Amino acid sequence: MAKVKQHTREPLFHITKRTEVPLKSSVLVRTIAIVLALIVCGIVTKLFTGDNPISIYKTIIHGAIGSGRFLVTIHELALLLCVSLAVTPAFRMKFWNIGAEGQVLIGCLSTAMCMFYLGGKVPEGLLILIMTCMAILAGAIWGVIPAFFKANWGTNETLFTLMMNYVAIQLIEYFLKIADKSGSNVVGPNLLSHGWFPRLFGQNYILNILIVVVITVLIYIYLNFTKHGYEISVVGESENTARYIGINVKKVVIRTMALSGAICGIAGLLLVGGSSHSIDSNLADGRGFTAIMVSWLAKFNPITMVLTALLIVFLERGADEVSSMFGLNADFAEILTGIILFFIIGCEFFINYKINFTHKKTEEVKEGK
Amino acid sequence: MEMIAQFIYRSILQGTPLLYGATGEILTEKSGNLNLGIPGIMYVGAISGVIGGFFYQTNSDYIDPFLAVLIPLLCCLLGSLLVSLLYCFLTVTLRANQNVTGLAITTFGVGFGNFFGGSLIKILDSDVPYLALVKIAKAYKTTPDFASDLGPIGTIFFSYGFMVYLAIIIAVIASVVLKRTKVGLHLRAVGENPATADAAGINVNRYKYVATCLGGMIAGLGGLFYVMDYSNGIWSNNGFGDRGWLAIAIVIFVIWKPSLAIPGSYFFGALYILFNYINVPMTYIPIIQMLPYVVTIFVLVATSVRKKRENQPPQALGLSYFREER
Repeated sequence: MAKVKQHTREPLFHITKRTEVPLKSSVLVRTIAIVLALIVCGIVTKLFTGDNPISIYKTIIHGAIGSGRFLVTIHELALLLCVSLAVTPAFRMKFWNIGAEGQVLIGCLSTAMCMFYLGGKVPEGLLILIMTCMAILAGAIWGVIPAFFKANWGTNETLFTLMMNYVAIQLIEYFLKIADKSGSNVVGPNLLSHGWFPRLFGQNYILNILIVVVITVLIYIYLNFTKHGYEISVVGESENTARYIGINVKKVVIRTMALSGAICGIAGLLLVGGSSHSIDSNLADGRGFTAIMVSWLAKFNPITMVLTALLIVFLERGADEVSSMFGLNADFAEILTGIILFFIIGCEFFINYKINFTHKKTEEVKEGK
Repeated sequence: MEMIAQFIYRSILQGTPLLYGATGEILTEKSGNLNLGIPGIMYVGAISGVIGGFFYQTNSDYIDPFLAVLIPLLCCLLGSLLVSLLYCFLTVTLRANQNVTGLAITTFGVGFGNFFGGSLIKILDSDVPYLALVKIAKAYKTTPDFASDLGPIGTIFFSYGFMVYLAIIIAVIASVVLKRTKVGLHLRAVGENPATADAAGINVNRYKYVATCLGGMIAGLGGLFYVMDYSNGIWSNNGFGDRGWLAIAIVIFVIWKPSLAIPGSYFFGALYILFNYINVPMTYIPIIQMLPYVVTIFVLVATSVRKKRENQPPQALGLSYFREER
């Protein structure tokens, strides 16, 4: 009786987790997802602009790497990559730090404060050194506060770090009001005239890009070839296992978040000292949030992250060009980014899980025998 | 007296979008979904309502107050439902990471709102100069006639559009359903421990879908209220600001209880506008605006340190459920 009932309620398919994923098929699935996403983006763009798809893609490419834009795009890539690298160690540990935005901003703030209060009073070289130390320290503190509570009392880190973003934003607003009595929303290069990063090879941004390249390599080595990196992976896989083999989980959580925050602080330093030479509360421009997606899409691998960050930056710059060309709102880029993200997020399922259709199973088994 | 009444009035107006967002997010989180897409969904809800209202206002000569309310309301619900469904499909059916999906929804939703808010007129080649739904907003802001006769009491209690009261009603219903009904018990079970709920015969995925979609739709109404009532039907890009995140903060502040969300939201609304009413130097305004977040952090830390079981976040919050993985 029971058997018959079971038979009639047999589901059409069931899902199993793949134990190992061949590199080839995962690359294939992701490529298909990105191509599909680009096609949908093309259709959406066509709906709003009426332009033909080929020329839309041309505009996107021109906007991203057209003449004079290449260096800016690479610089944008470097900044996003820097924040993405920052959140990665914590994510490997399954510590959901969504406060990168705040950690970057507090790095920006401490850099700007050094430039504002010490500018002209100490030699430039020393000033840049102080700025660097302060940015790293500030970012690290901002990261350690939630980590401390998480490690000791299990306080929800996602919500805690989210709130810390807004505290950082308001601190910057406070600084703006003190530094610029005119009440404007930005403290510009005229007030922060010291401590600018030197230009290398007669170009802006080169130093920023080099710093991020070094950080990328260091993080890659740190995560994959050091004892700390190993401990992070173990804590991420299972805290109980980590405790069992004698890893001090609290210490690892706090240390890793200090590192995450410190790198975010460096990103803030690059933003203020190395490119904009100004500060406002929107300076991080959502990079802290975008970085989370970049890092996750790359499966927390620093080298793959270069590619995923490139994809996002390429698209944003391209969509900016499309929207300015057709007089549309600049937020068009966000819609396209969203569409791409949905496709990639969705495709992960087909990489990690296998769908087994049940209806032909019995026959297959017979054939197999 | 008049000043205090005004302060309470403005606080409640400020708090109402937060109340919608918080109630929606509480329902969602009770099912174990940490929907960080709520800020985006509120934008989508707002702009969907605006688009619906815009079509109605430009295509008809006579504005019927009933239709003027109903059309944007339905459009708003539909828009936020679709985005919530997308979130559910990705996180529940495809088991994607909730944080990443939520942030992607927020990126998309905020972009969607600002894009259509800024470009709708251009796309439609309409001849109106800017996006203003003043006539429709008037229908939303209709208040009882006797309110103005009652002085301060009228100001505090009776001088709002219907959506302020709707928010309270929804929060009360949500509270009763969660606390007193079988459905609510099942929903909480799903959020605390989906595997156990599944074993008890509860359809985990259905509960997650329904709770998240309903939560998204309620949150979407918050966006609609902001445009139609609070800002008189005039859309301004990024005008809604970070209220969506503030709503998520309230969820923690009121320890996942919709009934507490009502005073909680008004309290946050009051903190939001406090600087207009007290005498402080301009410089300190940001410090006052920091208060809601600092208070939230304090509550978050206090609940986790005290470890009172009924005040904790749902245990399975943020985790996708995969039956075969138990």
